[in-house]
Amino acid sequence: MPAANQSVRAVFGALLALALAAHPALAAPSGPPVRIGSTLALTGPLAATGLVHKIVGEIYVEQLNRKNGLLGRPVEWVLKDDQSRPDLARTLYEQLITVDKVDLIMGPYATANILSAMGVAQRYNKVLIHHTFGTPSLAKYEMQFPAGGLAGDPDNTIPRLVFDALAASAMPPKSVAVVTSKFPSVHFISLGAREAAKKRGLREVAFLEWDFGNRDFGPIAARLKDAKPDFVWVGGLGLEGNLLIDAMRKIDYMPPLHFHLFPAPGPLLKAPGGENALAATTFEEHPPFTDNPIAVEFIRLYHERGAKAGLPDTSVENQSAISFSSWQTLEAAVTGAKSIDDKAIAQWLRKNPVDAIVGRLRWDGPFNYIYGTDLYKVKQNQQGKWVVIWPKEFAASGAHLVTP
Amino acid sequence: MALPSLTLLGQSLLSGIFIGALYGLLGLGLSLSWGMLRQINLAHFALAFLGAYLTYQLAGAGMDPLATLAVIVPCFFALGALMHWLLARFSVSAFNSLLVTFGLTAIIEALIQWIWTADFRRMESAYGEVKFRVGALYVALPELLTLAMALALSLAVWAWLRHTHTGKAMRAIAEDAPIAAAFGVNVRRLSLLLSGLSAAFAGVAGLALALSYTLAPGQIYAWLGVVFAAVMLGGLGNPLGPLVAGIVIGVSEALTMAFTTPAWAPLVSFSLLIVVLLARPGRI
Repeated sequence: MPAANQSVRAVFGALLALALAAHPALAAPSGPPVRIGSTLALTGPLAATGLVHKIVGEIYVEQLNRKNGLLGRPVEWVLKDDQSRPDLARTLYEQLITVDKVDLIMGPYATANILSAMGVAQRYNKVLIHHTFGTPSLAKYEMQFPAGGLAGDPDNTIPRLVFDALAASAMPPKSVAVVTSKFPSVHFISLGAREAAKKRGLREVAFLEWDFGNRDFGPIAARLKDAKPDFVWVGGLGLEGNLLIDAMRKIDYMPPLHFHLFPAPGPLLKAPGGENALAATTFEEHPPFTDNPIAVEFIRLYHERGAKAGLPDTSVENQSAISFSSWQTLEAAVTGAKSIDDKAIAQWLRKNPVDAIVGRLRWDGPFNYIYGTDLYKVKQNQQGKWVVIWPKEFAASGAHLVTP
Repeated sequence: MALPSLTLLGQSLLSGIFIGALYGLLGLGLSLSWGMLRQINLAHFALAFLGAYLTYQLAGAGMDPLATLAVIVPCFFALGALMHWLLARFSVSAFNSLLVTFGLTAIIEALIQWIWTADFRRMESAYGEVKFRVGALYVALPELLTLAMALALSLAVWAWLRHTHTGKAMRAIAEDAPIAAAFGVNVRRLSLLLSGLSAAFAGVAGLALALSYTLAPGQIYAWLGVVFAAVMLGGLGNPLGPLVAGIVIGVSEALTMAFTTPAWAPLVSFSLLIVVLLARPGRI
């Protein structure tokens, strides 16, 4: 009986539509959009990493809108190019708040630009969630929330982590050379590494500093070759570590172990001489990080989008993961506070942790930083792949520190 | 302060010579267009990076990096001549050329970013892996090639300016263009020739950059200060000047890094520039 079948179908369809509408997780977002404003370094010297954060933000906002947006409203991301310039970031955040009238703001990329945005956020009492602020001691605003997994005292936590990893290896180093850029956010952590090495009784055979933007690493490589350290701490940013490795290879020298603080992970992975290099990370593409289905889906999408955007390296690692975690933080805070009011969001974040793909983020310390512990791990370039080797519970299956 | 070993000193000296050669190669075209045509061509650095990216692209397609010069040099020559034609067409003054070419730099940077993205690019080549051992010292082939290209081009331009009719006419233009024109020198044609050559030299410097460095569009500006110092120290329009001054700067920086904290190295190049400007204010 076709007529009876049709009426059954109609009733079933109506019931399904009602059920979908009643279940917020499955309903399409509606109403005026929640506008989130931010800037990123899409051009200028920081653009390589800025692009990573752009791709992640686009993925996250699309995913949000495929679910039910924020509080049932669609999300619109208003993104501007700060050209890697802190002065422009300041102007653009001011513009986002006063002209574009965004509801919420998200942090830009890198310390100096975040500091600029923080000043504006403070002036307008806006919550600022950010991911890449390298100098926590400068963050003196109560409504800024770091989501990058760094402790309030990275000069203590990161060196401790690295030297713990080395001490647990089959051949712990006895001598160390600390070479570092004078760029503020890496320099003070490198000074922490000197202290940590001294406390553990390692002999410091060289301490060398260079100005950010140094082009000639030949003499530094030659001094390292002369000093013969068992372990080199490279307080480098971006390509500096690669330049040093290139210079060392040219004089037929590689130290047994070398750690790079904030490298450009793709180029370091592929660099001849980058084998066995160590670096800090919060996330890599292997269990236990990929035990989380959200992370797995994000990795799939990032590979797809990264390839489409022409990224030479599309693997999810520290930068993309902390970027994703900052968006997770924003979503959790708005959902938890049931509001897009900045004060309500800030209050919620101070009281509640967020389980992000990089681990559990919390903000119950001074100026929303946690001291003495962080979410960082040590990874090593093993056969052209980054694998976490320390702490043991986060290490890739069977992975341990490889010493030549 | 412990004295560095002889090997460290020798290796640092070599490192300084090689980086100085790259300063010289990057500065050659800039010095010629500034000194002889009164055009301060900031876009020279962007052209060098465009050359480096093109080398990377062509080498990635299977071409030998050195053979890419056969494509890049003529193209850049034409581009340089075209740029000069535009600047001359609108009678852009020396100071305004600084602003116009700064704008061109931003356009070229955006173009590079649009084509190759802002991410880092590294050219894989057989040259990168080759190094020679001389006693306890090592010499890498890419650096040696850079030095050879810098020496060959600087000496060739010097000889051309000194010993050929065209070169002498070129020097006459630099001295006084209207008088040179009154003596039958074709100022327009020679200016186009020199601009084309300067841009072609930027293309050659691009090959040197691609052989030794990982590329990113934002790095265009990283070379500006020190290469300007080399050009000014070497004397504007002097084809050997940037190379000699570049090596002086490179070696002094390298020795500073070998003896003291490497962070002091940049102080050396700019202190040298200040001393020369104070001692010989008419130098530039």
